[in-house]
Amino acid sequence: MSLKRKAAIVGISEMKPTKAPEGRTALGIIAEVAREAIADAGLKKGDIDGILAGAALGDFCLMWPSAIAEYLKIYPQYADVVDIGGASCTGMAWRAAAAIQAGLCQTVLCVVGDAWDVARFYEKELPFPSTEAEFENPYGPMGANSGYALITHRHMYEYGTTPAQLAKIAVDQRTNACANPTALFSGKPLTIAEVLSSPVVVDPIHLLEIVMPCTGGAAFVITAADRAQAGPHPPIYLLGAGECCTHTAITYAPSLTTSPVKVSAQKAFEMAGLTPQEMDLVAPYDCYPITVLITLEDAGFCQKGEGGRFVEETDLTYRGTLPLNTHGGQLSFGQPGLAGGMSHLLEAVRQLMGRAGGRQVQDAELAFVNGNGGIMSEECSIVLGR
Amino acid sequence: MTTYMKPLPRPTMESEPFWRGTRNHELRIQRCRVCGKHIFYPRSLCPECSTTDLEWVQVSGKGTVYSYTIIRRAAFPSFAADVPYVFAIVELEEGPRMATNLVGCPPERARIGLPVEATFEDVAPEVTLVKFRPSSMEG
Repeated sequence: MSLKRKAAIVGISEMKPTKAPEGRTALGIIAEVAREAIADAGLKKGDIDGILAGAALGDFCLMWPSAIAEYLKIYPQYADVVDIGGASCTGMAWRAAAAIQAGLCQTVLCVVGDAWDVARFYEKELPFPSTEAEFENPYGPMGANSGYALITHRHMYEYGTTPAQLAKIAVDQRTNACANPTALFSGKPLTIAEVLSSPVVVDPIHLLEIVMPCTGGAAFVITAADRAQAGPHPPIYLLGAGECCTHTAITYAPSLTTSPVKVSAQKAFEMAGLTPQEMDLVAPYDCYPITVLITLEDAGFCQKGEGGRFVEETDLTYRGTLPLNTHGGQLSFGQPGLAGGMSHLLEAVRQLMGRAGGRQVQDAELAFVNGNGGIMSEECSIVLGR
Repeated sequence: MTTYMKPLPRPTMESEPFWRGTRNHELRIQRCRVCGKHIFYPRSLCPECSTTDLEWVQVSGKGTVYSYTIIRRAAFPSFAADVPYVFAIVELEEGPRMATNLVGCPPERARIGLPVEATFEDVAPEVTLVKFRPSSMEG
């Protein structure tokens, strides 16, 4: 059964990211954004009967959602961790809708939070799959950086995509960030020349095209459609969702240049009964510009291989013809810990609710949000609408 | 002699024949007896047809660079002295891809499509890594 219009997002909350934890804990951050999202929805803590949490780098543990539920003193009848990387938060949206539709619960708190900073990013040994530990790590990869560099080089080779085209994505998103007071890089305009003259870290990716890890948290509350009208904000309905996963290590991906977004986006648009061209804004996960470019191609916003020219010719700012990551994207907003793609989803909701302030897209009714996990390994696409 | 500080593979029951091969300076991977496909990384079943009827074969060691990057800042501190170095995906002649380093040439020599051949590096008493260098046929 379709999930279309079965559930709606009725409240949101997002902590302004900070470069360092400043003494905060993941649980403390989660509790704060949870409380605010519930209040934003016009609800009480007792109304929450489901919880979905993203994985965290900081204080993560087994049975993480129950640790959160205990801290908040709530008793969910549906609790799970959604551990699909940057696809986790779009993944939460449809999982919550499905649980609601199945009658397990009525109102789900979806939350991410992490206390992390750049200095520790490579210190703590991350839990790699055993196959990566054995067959990748001995050769010195650089985590996501090298994975996406391999993708970028291959896309340049197959389609002639240029560094300047990729840099434009970072630059348009920075323009958006400059209109967003909570973005880490707000107030710091950027040009293509500055991106391209910043040091190359992993060929061909430059420093100013790499996401900045930080500390932060965010949450949304999603409830059954027949309860969604009662809140203070216009409810934003889940219209379509789709997922696809093809690999963990990019070495074994079926293709380095065509991603599982091809499947996940098609399914999401199909469920929604809509097309890419009908979207008023897009929020594709953006750990690096190539992620955005391939997402636009594979989701059908342009032809395969044409992504470079498309982003070159399209105004991706909040004032443009295809507003994209109007909050600045992770590239300019920051990536709080594992983040899970929450900032992209919340910005789309904020725009559709008419709460985007100085960067409001006029008449925003429909949004496409793409969550991307791993090295374009796991994708979860959703369509949201008023 | 300095201790090798980089991440070392920990062979499993499934992968031990591969690492025994590299210690002998041979590239040995699995091949499925049912569908004929070569397999990497080592597994207990064929990822194509799911059979468990697999054999270990020595392959040519030849391949091409499928993609690459040049690491200019080390993520693992143990690699700091190697920077800049090439991290690459090599596609073997027989089909499978593997992660590796391109060695035996300046990093700038790396390109997609570069013909390469396997070379073996004894890094620790029981561990030999397989890396790739530009094919000796390459001018």
